[in-house]
Amino acid sequence: MRFPNFFFYFRKSEGQDRIFQFFMGTVALISIIFLTLLLLYELIKGSMPSIQHFGYDFIFSTAWNPVKDEFGALPFIFGTFVSSLLALLIGVPICLGIAVYVTEIAPPKISAFISPLIELLAAIPSVIIGLWGIFVFAPFVRDYISHFLIKYLGFLPLFEGPGYGLSMLTAGMVLAIMIIPIVSSISREALLAVPVLQKEAALALGATRFEAMIQVILPYARGAIFGAVILGLGRAIGETMAVTMVIGNRPQISSSILHPGYTMAAVIANEFTEATANIYLASLIEIGLILFVISVIVNAIARFITWKYLRIQEN
Amino acid sequence: MNNKMQILNLTAGFGDTKVLKNVTMDIPENKVVTIIGPSGCGKSTFVRCLDRLHEVIRGAWIKGKVLLDDSDIYMDDPIELRRRVGMVFQMPNPFPKSIYDNVAFGPKLNGIRNKKSLDKIVEESLKKAALWNGVNDRLKKNALSLSGGQQQRLCIARALAVEPEVILMDEPTSSLDPVASAKIEDLILDLKKRYTVVIVTHNMQQAARIGDFTAFFLLGKLIEYGETAQIFENPKDKKTEDYITGRFG
Repeated sequence: MRFPNFFFYFRKSEGQDRIFQFFMGTVALISIIFLTLLLLYELIKGSMPSIQHFGYDFIFSTAWNPVKDEFGALPFIFGTFVSSLLALLIGVPICLGIAVYVTEIAPPKISAFISPLIELLAAIPSVIIGLWGIFVFAPFVRDYISHFLIKYLGFLPLFEGPGYGLSMLTAGMVLAIMIIPIVSSISREALLAVPVLQKEAALALGATRFEAMIQVILPYARGAIFGAVILGLGRAIGETMAVTMVIGNRPQISSSILHPGYTMAAVIANEFTEATANIYLASLIEIGLILFVISVIVNAIARFITWKYLRIQEN
Repeated sequence: MNNKMQILNLTAGFGDTKVLKNVTMDIPENKVVTIIGPSGCGKSTFVRCLDRLHEVIRGAWIKGKVLLDDSDIYMDDPIELRRRVGMVFQMPNPFPKSIYDNVAFGPKLNGIRNKKSLDKIVEESLKKAALWNGVNDRLKKNALSLSGGQQQRLCIARALAVEPEVILMDEPTSSLDPVASAKIEDLILDLKKRYTVVIVTHNMQQAARIGDFTAFFLLGKLIEYGETAQIFENPKDKKTEDYITGRFG
């Protein structure tokens, strides 16, 4: 029998150890619950003026006018979701490609070299990625990618011009780069956990390596890979600095991903210092509250999926 | 008696290690050839060379020739070869899919999409593997819900579904209880009417019961090969005698 966690695990003998474990477990558990509740309390307390003044309308309103004290969170919720989804759309195929290449295709020496290199991407401060985004990547997107999309797909509302460098698309692409380390390394672990016998069973039936990958190995690992994708989504939703620098920071809901947008994290970072009016500050804190709740839910789902998957694996 | 497969000076290994040393033997058609020998003698590697699964492992290499119907399998397409030479592994390894999908996996790879044809293949393969009567009412159930012995017979059915000519088995009963093993042995005796079977086993009674021919491997070398009765009753080599009388291994 396996015990679900440290806290409930008692050895039969050695009373001293039991007390020690109980004490440490309690401390760990209480501090986590206490911190979470404190954070939630502070966020709710800080956003109270805004909650009372706008009610539920706050979530569905597109107004953002600090001069007239009109505030609504919808453009930011929209921006966060669209930029994160773009990040997944662009990033996940790349991550799967990396994971498959490293586990199945590359010679061992090359995979031993690539894997740490990709994890090193996670060590780059996001402000550096943001700077690179502004000076290198955004002009590239404007001059080449946007240009191309408008020319050939411009009739779709999704790719309507004019194409700005600082846009939802640029933000999504920068975010895609930022989720690569976590998503690809967890996907790699998931693929490595697939029993060799599964692959060989497929090959022995006359499958090509590609067919074995698509029909046997990836389906076997799909639970853990899905969990990895949701973790990546969590990272993308919460990412602040790099997105703020490349998304254009305009509170609007546009059908075109080539237009600028704004995210929840970005608006808090940008406007916190300017928020002199009480209601302005409260509105920003309420956006923080929404962001907090969404992040917690997304991460909880990801952890739950990976946990459930690994538990099935063990049985 | 026709030779289905011929192995000529086969040497194989991983990196710097030689696992098989200069093995030459013939595999007659519609017979059961049992391969015996102590652990690490290269018998698994030997059968894995016969359907080119050995080369899938990183660092594996091979020298010599393996002929199937007089044509060198290492000159032909491995994918095509593996459809003609099936493999059943030591551990039952069904895919975590339904019983039906497990058996239909190979035929689907071969491009059979027609539902009726697939139904027919699945039913016939399961019947050949003596599993049909146990599972015909729950083909859509997950294969992992079957017992170990049933899972192994499902894997045999899965291998039969691609209509191979040769079936290789790498210790197919080593993870099963005696009752399930006996069922698999009966099945193998039945299969040789239609197929050529090569089976690796570390169970000498099993080798004696089901084999027409038996090969004894030691440290990567083929020590002795002949009719099963002769190997067990009147071995020519001292080492074979020592092994089957239980003096080592």
